[in-house]
Amino acid sequence: MRWFWIDRFDEFVRGRHAVAVKNVSLAEEHMHDHFPGAALMPNSLVVEGMAQTAGLLVADAIDYNRRVVLAKVAAAEFHFDAVPGDTLRFRAEILDLKPGGSFTRVSSTVEDRLQGEAELFFAHLEPGEGVPKLFEPEELLRWLDQMHIYDVGRDQAGNPLPRPDW
Amino acid sequence: MPSRDEIFEKVRSALVDALGVDEDDVTPAATMVGDLGAESIDFLDIVFRLEKAFGIKIPRGELFPEDVLSSAEFVSNGKVNAAGLAALKARMPFFDLKNFEQNPSVQNFPNMLTVEDMVRYVQSKLAA
Repeated sequence: MRWFWIDRFDEFVRGRHAVAVKNVSLAEEHMHDHFPGAALMPNSLVVEGMAQTAGLLVADAIDYNRRVVLAKVAAAEFHFDAVPGDTLRFRAEILDLKPGGSFTRVSSTVEDRLQGEAELFFAHLEPGEGVPKLFEPEELLRWLDQMHIYDVGRDQAGNPLPRPDW
Repeated sequence: MPSRDEIFEKVRSALVDALGVDEDDVTPAATMVGDLGAESIDFLDIVFRLEKAFGIKIPRGELFPEDVLSSAEFVSNGKVNAAGLAALKARMPFFDLKNFEQNPSVQNFPNMLTVEDMVRYVQSKLAA
């Protein structure tokens, strides 16, 4: 199983906000035991999907020059459990972005119902600050392509995001 | 310039949000690490919140001088040396080093910083 907790981006506005979707499926292995006969997606993994949405938004905003690491879940609240068949829609916005870190707010909705909300704090680490290299460039680019970032991505003036030539 | 009490209230609110502690626990004498459980990543979070609450800029290392405390130049045998103490004094004029100087072990440092130090720090930034 790979650690992908979003399936694709539907909106991506550089440095501002992004919307990603996650289709919850009974085929996911962790569902089988959580719980037998009453499968639900753990909210810890919903947070992971939120963090991938917001983390890629932040990493793009700083040109992938630092390692963007989820440092802190500053607040999180959930209103109901996501179950197989649900499509979670994560909307992330950047509240504050500085060289050393960023603050984001992410909501999770199923259709028009608010499933959860979180404030996520990311540290932006330089090589040598205790975090190993997270991605090889081609591996990262493959993921970004799979996420359709360069299909839906726009800068703040509305121009398409250029695909990097790593 | 806000009063000392107004600054304290805003600092308290930032620490309650950043550390998930009760308002009553955030007293002027409470230590950031020992009493309030702040970890290194929390200091980055606190910097964000103080900058926003007061409209100030906090350069890296000014509130928590991790570079001094991990420097071979300023630390000998796990203790901050005379040059290191001078560097801390210059960097953190808001911080009362008297207690720390009695046993300047690097490990002791995080336990020295109090909520009142945060308040004094913000006061010094607002006055600048």
